[in-house]
Amino acid sequence: MTAYLSWPDPKFEPHEALAPDGTLLEDDEIDIGTLEQIYKTMLCARRFDERLLKLQRQGALGTFAPIKGQEAAQIGAAACLREDDWLVPSFRETGAALWRGADMADLLVTLAGWNAGNDLPEGARTLPDTVPVASQLPIAAGIAHAGRLRGEDAIVMACFGDGATSEGDFHEALNFAGVLEAPVVFLCQNNGWAISTPRARQTASQTLAQKAHAYGIPAAQVDGNDALAVMQVTQEAVALARDKGQPAMIEALTYRMEVHTTADDPTRYRDEGEVEEWQDRDPIERVRKLLVARSQLDDAMQEALEEEIRDRIDAAWKEAKDRISRLEETPGTAMFDHIFAEPTAPLRRQRKEFSDQEEAAND
Amino acid sequence: MTDASDGLTMVDAINRALHEAMAEDDTTAVMGQDVGVNGGVFRVTEGLIDDYGVARVIDTPLAESGIVGLAIGMAMNGARPIAEMQFSGFSYYALAQIENHAARIRWRTRGAHTVPLVIRMPYGAGVRALEHHSESREVFYGHMPGLKTVIPATPARAHALLHAAIRDPDPVIFMEPKAVYRQMREPIADDAEPAQIGTSRVVRRGKDLTLVSYGAMLHRALEAAETLAAEDIDIEVIDIETIAPLDAETIAKSVGQTGRLLIVNEAPPSYGAAGEIAMRVIEQEFYALRVPIRRVCGWDVHVPFFAREQTYLPSVDRIRGAARAMMAD
Repeated sequence: MTAYLSWPDPKFEPHEALAPDGTLLEDDEIDIGTLEQIYKTMLCARRFDERLLKLQRQGALGTFAPIKGQEAAQIGAAACLREDDWLVPSFRETGAALWRGADMADLLVTLAGWNAGNDLPEGARTLPDTVPVASQLPIAAGIAHAGRLRGEDAIVMACFGDGATSEGDFHEALNFAGVLEAPVVFLCQNNGWAISTPRARQTASQTLAQKAHAYGIPAAQVDGNDALAVMQVTQEAVALARDKGQPAMIEALTYRMEVHTTADDPTRYRDEGEVEEWQDRDPIERVRKLLVARSQLDDAMQEALEEEIRDRIDAAWKEAKDRISRLEETPGTAMFDHIFAEPTAPLRRQRKEFSDQEEAAND
Repeated sequence: MTDASDGLTMVDAINRALHEAMAEDDTTAVMGQDVGVNGGVFRVTEGLIDDYGVARVIDTPLAESGIVGLAIGMAMNGARPIAEMQFSGFSYYALAQIENHAARIRWRTRGAHTVPLVIRMPYGAGVRALEHHSESREVFYGHMPGLKTVIPATPARAHALLHAAIRDPDPVIFMEPKAVYRQMREPIADDAEPAQIGTSRVVRRGKDLTLVSYGAMLHRALEAAETLAAEDIDIEVIDIETIAPLDAETIAKSVGQTGRLLIVNEAPPSYGAAGEIAMRVIEQEFYALRVPIRRVCGWDVHVPFFAREQTYLPSVDRIRGAARAMMAD
């Protein structure tokens, strides 16, 4: 016991809506149409992830971070955004990006090591991956604040993981958003592991959500493998941000079913039994069961959907390969592009030096 | 660990130096992300946690500034911390701690406190990695007063230089060329001596041209030198090893004999180590120069995604081209 010091007493009950067997926990009115769309995107994201892993193992793609197990957390959340809202990802949000209309061929070209895959439409509001952990979060607050300055009611969803909550930038971002009333939904996908560091060794806090309270920001924990629950919580956070400029944080409790990245070997540090346990809480399976129970899905439809997804992925990979062959023919001077609006004199000189050498080498 | 008679990779060599340092001095500690149970993402810290436990091998939360700040505090209070930045591209979060404190505490406290700290970090391109995993920003550190910056080029030198860095009374940034991590093996004697920080090393004797490099590019420089021997161009190659404090005497002495200086590194050229090396040689041996100094570096651009990273890096051809041009000048 302490006389003067008080211990934190977080009272978070993770919100749940859909049981692992696909039954609704409360007799809510649900938007079955949106759930059906979420289901299709989750399944597509899972199959795309599997294909990426296969292509990476074959040497066709570089290192990447699989999303397996986190489909509901990120797609359920992204589904609450309007088209003019911003999605500011970390590096494990392929599912959210697909919901937002990201082109699979673009993603493949990027993962094959070409900057050209990031050729986004001007002003694109789904940003490319951010690799340095948590560094995107203060930027999200800035994007949100500028939107308000310009009289927009668009909001920003900023994605990060459990590890990011240890970085200073996470704390600075929540604090700034709170003080500036910047409309940001901070979506933390707590997948249990930051490479080899388990959640319990990441912070002595009982929950990650409680960290938001320190900055005067409301927060929720939610079953991150429950697309419906994620959607319900996110809708509330999005409305608060849009209507009141109030930032909020969501801690979606989920699990990284795969490697951290393809350069990682989790058998060195985690028990495979843990992975198996989470298998029973698969985020896609429980929505499938609900849709089947509601007669929105049957075996024939499932098969047709799988085929459609396979065709889309095949077509995207074919397109990506064509683009990569064309990129291989382009001059190396492309590396001098997009450094500044106008190339500076030293860059123009270096570009010429480079292309003279390239020409001489080809002679 | 690999048997020393087989020769060690740079990963093995650094790992061995860490094991030896931990065994020699029980105030030595290693801290960083994934350095314990996982043995580091490159396995450089493999096995340390089993031998020395969680108090001395610290799997930290994910926070580079926190890791370096913690290590500075430990160094001030009698420990010998060896901090790991998982990639140099993530070390910028810790730049404030390094500039504001690691480099200044001896000076600020007039020697009452010191920071005998090593910060290890893999750096450089060539391993088909993601964005932020390929840069060569040694001048960030080389530019800071109160800091030493070391870059080994081979396994044996990594072993010897890390021992020197750990023994050094001041903070040392120890940048590991990850392209060399598993590229070559070298035997390391059981009684291998620590290296000396602040000295450059002549790795190939020659009389026509002095070729200076470090890190992964040293091997391209050496390849260029070996192949140009067939064209009767006799090149002296120097591995500078210590970015700061730079041993200009060794380089200047060589240029005094060859009259030609070519510098190769993979950092962007502007305001880089090549400029500093050239200036120091000009100060000491201007009149010995028979042709203008040249440099073959990266470019003033971000390292392209991996499909084109080799386009960015100095190639052996570019190095040879520059050397030939200097001989023809």
